[in-house]
Amino acid sequence: MPQPDTVDNDLAAVGAGLDALDAPPGEQRASPGKRFLRTALPPIIAFALLIGVWQALWALAFWPEYQLPAPAAVWAAVTEAVRSGRAFEVLWTSVHRAVLGFLTAVVIATPLGLLIAKVRVVRAAIGSLLTGLQSLPSVAWVPAGILWFGATPATIYFVVLMGSVPSIANGLVSGVDQIPPLLPRVGQALGAGKLAAARHILLPAALPGYLAGLKQGWAFSWRSLMAAEIIATSPQLGEGLGQYLHNGASLNDISMVIAAIFLILLVGVGIELLVFRPLERAVLRARGLTGALQ
Amino acid sequence: MTATLDTPTAQSDTAAAVTLSGVRKSFGHGAHAVTALDGVDLRVAPGEFVCLLGASGCGKSTLLNLVAGLDQPTAGSIELTTSRPAVMFQEAALMPWLTAARNVELPLRLAGLKRGPRRAKASELLSLVRLAEAGGKRPHELSGGMRQRVALARALASTLGSAEDGTPGLLLMDEPFAALDAITRDVLQAELVRVWRETSTAILFVTHDVREAVRLGQRVVLLSSRPGRVVREWSTAGVGGAADEAELISDVTAHLREVISGHAAA
Repeated sequence: MPQPDTVDNDLAAVGAGLDALDAPPGEQRASPGKRFLRTALPPIIAFALLIGVWQALWALAFWPEYQLPAPAAVWAAVTEAVRSGRAFEVLWTSVHRAVLGFLTAVVIATPLGLLIAKVRVVRAAIGSLLTGLQSLPSVAWVPAGILWFGATPATIYFVVLMGSVPSIANGLVSGVDQIPPLLPRVGQALGAGKLAAARHILLPAALPGYLAGLKQGWAFSWRSLMAAEIIATSPQLGEGLGQYLHNGASLNDISMVIAAIFLILLVGVGIELLVFRPLERAVLRARGLTGALQ
Repeated sequence: MTATLDTPTAQSDTAAAVTLSGVRKSFGHGAHAVTALDGVDLRVAPGEFVCLLGASGCGKSTLLNLVAGLDQPTAGSIELTTSRPAVMFQEAALMPWLTAARNVELPLRLAGLKRGPRRAKASELLSLVRLAEAGGKRPHELSGGMRQRVALARALASTLGSAEDGTPGLLLMDEPFAALDAITRDVLQAELVRVWRETSTAILFVTHDVREAVRLGQRVVLLSSRPGRVVREWSTAGVGGAADEAELISDVTAHLREVISGHAAA
């Protein structure tokens, strides 16, 4: 009969061998050059193609100039706005409103989402309403906001909140709903009380869904803000991107209108790329959910 | 030789890690009530390794949940001498956002331990399950067997975190190796026995695998199904060689089959 010691050592060796064989291989990161080729090049080419088609259509002159301007004319409108400093003022007005509105929405929606997710009565009472609100275009709130608050910043923030709070709260709710039921039980077995479980298990487990909600909430607050700014124009409100677009339409200046749309898109894409994409990547990568990432 | 204990409470004079008396658990109310467990008496001595064996639907997992305090019995009492039993499930159920070491630290953190001792304890437990090197890895970077060992370390941490006064722990295991391949299961069973010897915790181990129960347990307890009752129990103390073991396995299997086929007639 073999000695217990050698048996133990053999076992350790087999165990170590299994560990080495079974452990999933570490992910391989491509070189920066390859990553650039794979992630940055396709959108650049797509953008260039779009401009090319646009330029060709303009050159063929199917539509009059006041409907389809030349790419160069739009570019001139953008550079003119940037050179005069107007672009920065306009961007600042809109972006700081959107960010402020969004942060307020986060503060309101997070406890609201937790309440709906964890308290059955609350979910039964307002769960469907919140989902319904999410599909209600927030432009619909602009007339009501103007009647209630006048053409003031309050109207703008009201519309932004109505747009983004449901998205963020719903994101958190679905994040909590998708937690594998075993995890809270494990937490209970490990001795977590209600609050400790929320802090150490519930919130971190719901983070991917919450983050998706935040992302959508940002998109909705940006959208709602633009809707509010385009419709509600008054000297009190200053000039945001929406008013800039509205002015372009009033002046029949299609270059200015398209320049405004370009700037609105630029902010949307910029925030997504600079804030949400890296956050999402970090969260998903830490959990091994790298399927959607490159 | 195999020995059959006639009375389930043979060691009644010694202290017990857990004592169940007349435990009954039903789900639902009125006519639709389902009785999962009925009149279960069971005693696990400190440091003892007891395997709970039964077909599906015998309420093995229900019983563990009751002992773990995750659920309340409908009738009867459960007395624990340890402050909180540790639980290990069929899935490792590690928190996917925490590294292996942080997962082991979690119960210590919940128990309010300071960071320094927490780290020390966690790395000690990880070396106990031979994963000292893997502390910085996330669950998705580990194999199934490694995850289950981290879960074992975490379960041990939860008994230690609550019982710093030196009372021996109680580890509840709900088919922890059922989802693993045969070789890994083999290695982990041996690892578990080693860890059990080193830590002297009592273990209540639920399984439907007779071979596993006989190999691991000092005592094998057979539960009937719907409702679950203790039918019979065997001690593996006298089992010496492979022939003895085979005999015991076939004896237990025969009884298990009898319990199961009883349901076909009913």
